[in-house]
Amino acid sequence: MGPIGENELFFILQGLKWTVLLAVIGFIGGGVFGILIALARTSKHQFARLASSGYIALFQGTPLLMQLFVVYYGVALLGIDVNAWVAVAIAFTLHASAFLGEIWRGSIEAVPKGQTEAANALGLHYVSRMKDVVLPQALKISMPATIGFLVQLIKGTSLAAIVGFIELTRAGQIISNQTYRPLLVFGIVGIIYFMICWPLSHVGSGLEKRMAKAAR
Amino acid sequence: MGYRFDFGAVFDRAPELFWGSLGTLGLAFAGMLLALVIGILGVAARTSKTRWVRAPVIAFVEVVRNTPFLVQIFFIYFALPLMGIRLNPTVTAIIALGINGGAYAIEIIRGGVESISKGQIEAGFALGLHKADVFRLVVLKPALRAIYPSLTSQFVMLTLTTSVCTSIAAYELTSAAQRIESDTFRSFEVYFTVTAIYLVISSLMMGIFALISRSYFNYPTR
Repeated sequence: MGPIGENELFFILQGLKWTVLLAVIGFIGGGVFGILIALARTSKHQFARLASSGYIALFQGTPLLMQLFVVYYGVALLGIDVNAWVAVAIAFTLHASAFLGEIWRGSIEAVPKGQTEAANALGLHYVSRMKDVVLPQALKISMPATIGFLVQLIKGTSLAAIVGFIELTRAGQIISNQTYRPLLVFGIVGIIYFMICWPLSHVGSGLEKRMAKAAR
Repeated sequence: MGYRFDFGAVFDRAPELFWGSLGTLGLAFAGMLLALVIGILGVAARTSKTRWVRAPVIAFVEVVRNTPFLVQIFFIYFALPLMGIRLNPTVTAIIALGINGGAYAIEIIRGGVESISKGQIEAGFALGLHKADVFRLVVLKPALRAIYPSLTSQFVMLTLTTSVCTSIAAYELTSAAQRIESDTFRSFEVYFTVTAIYLVISSLMMGIFALISRSYFNYPTR
């Protein structure tokens, strides 16, 4: 058994950096594509609705781990010479966009219909109707679920470890193998995830309670 | 480009994919059962009047829901032998899945129990129903109906989570895929095919859950 010293902790914190970065990229990339998915899902055009619901069903009906593998090897097949980092970031972006798209579809539909009708009556275009009337309200409604998904995404980045990517969990695995102290190491790793996710979860459920009260 | 797809190499291993799928279903159902048991016991403890019974359950739910399953399964995998418990990877995986799913089940079931108002139970008694009938018809069935959608989608998610159990070499679909990949080097084809199998499994589960819901909970509420 080896000691867990400064070097080991530093290595784990290096992994944490990549975990945070992956989550941020997945969340931002997923957010941008997610808006498009949500708009397609709620559009008048049947093809857009069908395609986006198929996209969502595909990503919600398969394991994140498989999505990582398929994108990881799929990107390589396209002949694009990218490193593991880019492939994993693409996979998380696709994954997040499907889930955020579905969350935001629900929020867009939760905005009272009268709002859309009023915007139409005022002669607003689709873009202005969405940008100025519907989406700001939908965003507020979606906050608890969006934060809830962010927690899922942060936890999900741990699966990049199985593809061989060195983030927090993989860093823990490496240190655990070096020091033969799995319980201590995975305890530390677990506590780090908890310290990131728990406050977020509380913000999310707090918002949810406040909105439930306001709705009463 | 110039890459030639070769799905034949994958289809040659169809029996392994079949047994792997059964392994996945086995892990999922055993995990679901354990999650339900933990969920029901957890809710009983969670609604206890004693603070020292409630607090550990709340802590358990918070810790499990705010840490990754992969870290949990590693922790359990290494912790059990230290406690003198030697189990094979499959049983370890079921325990990890049950604990993970159980934490979510506690939250979902608690919501359902709390959705039954006291006045409804009193109304049941006022109508002259037996205690058992009040429990079955006024408490249990409406509560089940309230939690059914979230509980079953949690079960579908648990089924997809079983793929992570490959990390401790439990026997399931993803571990079968990894074996086939290392033999054939047809990485993309293997994972593409296996992803499709997962999609079929989860779609079937959702379909069955929806059918059960339609036949059992199909009654007007207002």
